[in-house]
Amino acid sequence: MNRRPEGNLYNFAYLDENTKRMIRRAILKAVAVPGHQTPFSSREMPMPYGWGTGGIQVTAAVIGPDDTLKVIDQGSDDTTNAVSIRGFFAKTAGVAVSARTEEASIIQTRHRIPETPLREGQIMVYQVPLPEPLRQLEPRETETRTLHGLNEYGLMHVKLYEDIAKHGQIAASYDYPVMVNDRYIMSPSPIPRFDNPKLDHSPALQLFGAGREKRIYAIPPYTKVKSLDFEDYPFTVQSWNERCAICGAENSYLDELVIDDQGGRLFVCSDSDFCRKRAEAGPKGASRA
Amino acid sequence: MQKPLLSVKNIYKEFNRRPVCREISFDVWPGEILGLVGESGSGKSTLLNIISGCLKPESGQVIYRGDGCERDMHALTEGRRRLLQRTELGFVRQNASEGLRLNVSAGANIGERLMAGGARNFAKLRREAENWLDKVEIDKSRLDDKPLIYSGGMRQRLQIARNLVTSPKLVFMDEPTGGLDVSVQARLLDLLRGLVAGLGLAVVLVTHDLAAARLLSERLMVMQAGRIVESGLTDQVLDDPQHSYTQLLVASIPQF
Repeated sequence: MNRRPEGNLYNFAYLDENTKRMIRRAILKAVAVPGHQTPFSSREMPMPYGWGTGGIQVTAAVIGPDDTLKVIDQGSDDTTNAVSIRGFFAKTAGVAVSARTEEASIIQTRHRIPETPLREGQIMVYQVPLPEPLRQLEPRETETRTLHGLNEYGLMHVKLYEDIAKHGQIAASYDYPVMVNDRYIMSPSPIPRFDNPKLDHSPALQLFGAGREKRIYAIPPYTKVKSLDFEDYPFTVQSWNERCAICGAENSYLDELVIDDQGGRLFVCSDSDFCRKRAEAGPKGASRA
Repeated sequence: MQKPLLSVKNIYKEFNRRPVCREISFDVWPGEILGLVGESGSGKSTLLNIISGCLKPESGQVIYRGDGCERDMHALTEGRRRLLQRTELGFVRQNASEGLRLNVSAGANIGERLMAGGARNFAKLRREAENWLDKVEIDKSRLDDKPLIYSGGMRQRLQIARNLVTSPKLVFMDEPTGGLDVSVQARLLDLLRGLVAGLGLAVVLVTHDLAAARLLSERLMVMQAGRIVESGLTDQVLDDPQHSYTQLLVASIPQF
């Protein structure tokens, strides 16, 4: 079967069909066991490890000619990594690309979940650098696998305990560990903990690919995802006193920009698509008012 | 009639076809301290690893009766065995770095077993940890320090606290005083004796220090080349040794 787009020397979406089938099998298993890290034989991709080789393989395995792809890096559609991955799939799969969250059927991301609520039928693909949430405290892979297998998660709370003892609060601001479907503890990739509540009962399918560590895991739609915490130190999300300087949003994740050498600062939405949409629609923030 | 807490039956273990434990059988009764002495290489530590469930023997059974029913430690699923090990049993290692997490604070070390059991209240965990530091005579101000900066004696005491926090019924100790200087040893032994008597623990104590064995244990077993060559009440074994190896052992203690 020749599924190459016109004039393209690569197979559809770069990977060969057998590799895509292997990855799809891993994805099916991952979806069947929410939060469980499924091994897969990660391929060399034409980009370095750490740039999203896991995410790009997952996307290549699930993308079809009718899909619309959105790629974000740090919430933004126009950073180098996002632009090059989008260009990669536009070239090798000939699919439509878009920056609009509501138009996309597949969204590959690093660091953020879009502010615009996801809907059924969408697929989130996360690029994961370190899939093992227990690694920092337990260096042995055999032991962490046993701990996951036997549901022995005292160790994870040791880490949270340390945070509170040291900082007076759970200091992890990104990659905040979650319990998926009351069974597996999972690392949600380096998304800010601001985005953790969006993982819970999301209508979209969420797939996580770690290329270097050769693991795929998943959260099926409408799955319970709970951020870990203590009774007397409940999970909270970050909040800001400022509003977005461009669109005036009060409840989105803000990036702090240094704008001059006089200590001038500006807070803007990290989700560029969300910010643009709001700015076009009307309510303006401080810098444009 | 009371039953033994732990029954060890016909344990045989070999490494590379070299037998290290041969036909070993004994019982541990609730609340007793059982000493296990012998020269290095006689199989003491291996035997301790086997009866604590950490190492599988070639043949033989280890029956634990602590929670009402009889369980063969090595026939349990791994999950059940590990659950038993972190709730009903304790293991104090000779080298504290094996029994502690040196990179997390003392409080987290003590709280780990509780958190594994589902404790999710930070304030309570902290109070419990303070409590235990107090019991093992470590200053409460060291609660948030990592054991990395503790002295050897303090590490051993912290290891004991970490194990006793779930009130286990049986604790295995592998040379808990090894590598400590004599005055620290004496204090640690004193502390152990107090804790064990207060909590009604049973202890299997491996040591090559006959003085420690005499001070702590009620019964004594002497191992040589993978066999138990003599066992009985501690005073009886040490005052009137029957086996030639035990006689040698006792004779080698310097007299003052």
